[in-house]
Amino acid sequence: MSSWFWHGVRRGIQTTRYPGAPETAAGVSPGRPLPTTFASPEQAFQAASNCPVGAISASKNIASVDLRTCVWCQRCHFGSSNLLNWDEGYEWAQTPATKKDYSALHSAFGQSLHVMVVDAGDCGACLHEVKQLNNPLYNMHRLGIFLTATPRTADVLLVVGPVSENMRGPLLKTYEAMPDPKRVLAVGTCAITGGVFGKSFMSAGGVGMVLPVDVEVLGDPPPPLAILHGLLVVAGRKKPTTAPTQSREEA
Amino acid sequence: MGERRMTLTDSSIANTQKINPQRYDAQSLAAAIEQRFASAVSPSANEESRFDRTLIVTQPEALPSLAQFLFWDAGCSFGGLIVEEREEWILRYVFRIPGDGWIHFILRLPLATRTVPSISAQIHAADWYEREAEDLFGLEFEEHPRLGDFILHDQVWQEGLAPMRKAFDAGQTHLKKRPKEDWHPVLVVQDPGAFAMPVGPVYEGGIGESVHFLLETVGEDVIRAVPRLFYNYRAVEKIAEGKSVLDALLLAERFSAKSAFAHSLAYCQAVEKIFEQQVPLRARSLRVALAELERLRHHAGAIAAICQSTALTVSEAHAAIVEEQLLRASCAFAGHRYLFGLNTPGGLRRDFDAQNCRNLLGTVDTTSRQLHRLEERLRYSSSFLDRLEDVGIISQESARDLDLVGPLGRASGLAHDLRRACPYGGYERYRFEVPCEKEGDGFARLRVLFSEAQQSAKLIHQAVESLEPGEICAPVTQPSAGAASGWVEAPIGAAMHWIRLDREQKVERYRILSPSFRNWLGLHVAVEDFAFQDFPIILATFGLSASECDR
Repeated sequence: MSSWFWHGVRRGIQTTRYPGAPETAAGVSPGRPLPTTFASPEQAFQAASNCPVGAISASKNIASVDLRTCVWCQRCHFGSSNLLNWDEGYEWAQTPATKKDYSALHSAFGQSLHVMVVDAGDCGACLHEVKQLNNPLYNMHRLGIFLTATPRTADVLLVVGPVSENMRGPLLKTYEAMPDPKRVLAVGTCAITGGVFGKSFMSAGGVGMVLPVDVEVLGDPPPPLAILHGLLVVAGRKKPTTAPTQSREEA
Repeated sequence: MGERRMTLTDSSIANTQKINPQRYDAQSLAAAIEQRFASAVSPSANEESRFDRTLIVTQPEALPSLAQFLFWDAGCSFGGLIVEEREEWILRYVFRIPGDGWIHFILRLPLATRTVPSISAQIHAADWYEREAEDLFGLEFEEHPRLGDFILHDQVWQEGLAPMRKAFDAGQTHLKKRPKEDWHPVLVVQDPGAFAMPVGPVYEGGIGESVHFLLETVGEDVIRAVPRLFYNYRAVEKIAEGKSVLDALLLAERFSAKSAFAHSLAYCQAVEKIFEQQVPLRARSLRVALAELERLRHHAGAIAAICQSTALTVSEAHAAIVEEQLLRASCAFAGHRYLFGLNTPGGLRRDFDAQNCRNLLGTVDTTSRQLHRLEERLRYSSSFLDRLEDVGIISQESARDLDLVGPLGRASGLAHDLRRACPYGGYERYRFEVPCEKEGDGFARLRVLFSEAQQSAKLIHQAVESLEPGEICAPVTQPSAGAASGWVEAPIGAAMHWIRLDREQKVERYRILSPSFRNWLGLHVAVEDFAFQDFPIILATFGLSASECDR
């Protein structure tokens, strides 16, 4: 029985060095589409019409991407012609455009952040990526970030999913039970705009329709490091990302 | 213990003793039905039977006895109930003949009909399908003891909404809700000191999916356990209607991300039948490799969850690292950590080069070795085994009664695996075993997960090594209308997607028969009569997904 201790120690430290140093292991992030300049306006228009959710729009010969609605279906990445450029990276947390007066939590809270997670109609991917933050490879405890089982001690409400009608009540109750100051983090395209589930009689079409969202983490699902970036942004320990600039190389 | 377990299982134990060992194939079954139900069942000659063996039930009142015969005498598995509203009600009861494919029974009723005979008394696995149809279509099932308050929770929605009816507009975002103000859960246990312990829908710090459990108890043992699901109901089947094939594919792979590839594969197989597309050999092999990669990753995650539930953190960490390595390998191999956006009707959206495949095999070898070592260590950790052995037992009789699927059924001695029973997508070309255990306890379920993970690793090897150069996707040559089903053995169990396309190739009706929907019904059998502290462990060994069940 005591051998477990030995087996644990023998593996050594495998945790990522992020945010101290960038993580470069293959497969930590699927990357994201970038605004791309095409040779002709027709090609840009074709690229835009390839997108099943209308996240790509063409203006002259530039195709730009609205990452808040992108569902990472990869149709502009692989397979067809007129592909967009993709970047690597994972620092994808941003403040919503409607939120002009955003401020991070006071540093007294930011050094020991207690997070309440609510699954509001998620498909399981975003929730699972949040769960990975407890994985030894990410280990968010080393940064003073903890999951809490009760909203009474939570500083951050992390919501995944488009907010299904059956979860609207429990979500609001959880939010109301949290003491001030509190922040709401919407993780994933579904939580930001409803994603593939959109707006319907059963889906509110994003957390923003129900609660004031402070920080959004882009991605469908966002990789664990993107969610970690979101939590660090809430804590005021990282800057939110800005919209990706157009890549230099011509497509 | 026996008396407490309600009347649900009593009749079935009597039933199991009558199990007829006679095995039917499709032909002899048709002959037996012809002989016994000559006046009630007739063969189908129209387009309904183009892709699936179909019989028409002409006398609704014969349905219960037909169900009794199929499930208990002929040993068929129940696949599910598919309700369609066209010019008339079409109720499609799907059965699987052991070893010989699927058979559909269609009951047609005029649209004015409100009551339908119930088969839940004969087939307990049909219980939830009928409750679902009542909630979503407004069909009443005669003598069903528990209708209402299922998918549409009574504290949120009024009765009689019937959102799956064609006349209901899914886009109405400000639907007036008239919930039952005085709603409260039905409590059954009446002993002195009895109380109900509610768990969820937000629990475990929210890391658990949204499910609510009502555990009724008098102190230590859970006497009655009722899971209340569908908090994640996003009406996927409703919002798919009217979408194009490629748009609905996004929903098929994203309603349950942990088995995204399996479900998109089932969907694509159904569409490929209607469009008569022949999937190229290379795409078939790659699909097998990717489906098994997903199973391997899923099982590593399920093992990590079981280790976590017993608080053996080092083993949890080791399993979780394996899972994350496989997620990263999936991303490096296919561009997405959850294998989204790969399947498309006709094959795969992209090809993979040889170097990429070699890298994948390298990770699969490392991780399957690590899992094997972890299993060896866990087998000798007595404190760990104490929490799993003889806990959460599902006997073979109960498993058959509830027709459980997937690793859960295989741990209770039901050796059903669609990869073997109804091979699809090229599985007939590969050699693999279907691990099966008899005990039906938590440890048996864990052993099945470990063995299946090893089999998946072998299958990935065989599939990648058998790759031949060639096309990756067959083009659509004749888009047509019609209805067909596709099935897969998803990581959690047998899944079927049934789709009807109209003349413009838009989805007219889409139905997902998911394995979690089936297996959640079995949770109460495992939880009841065990202690409170076993509940999280039993839940983890079930390894079910709420989003896959809720859709």
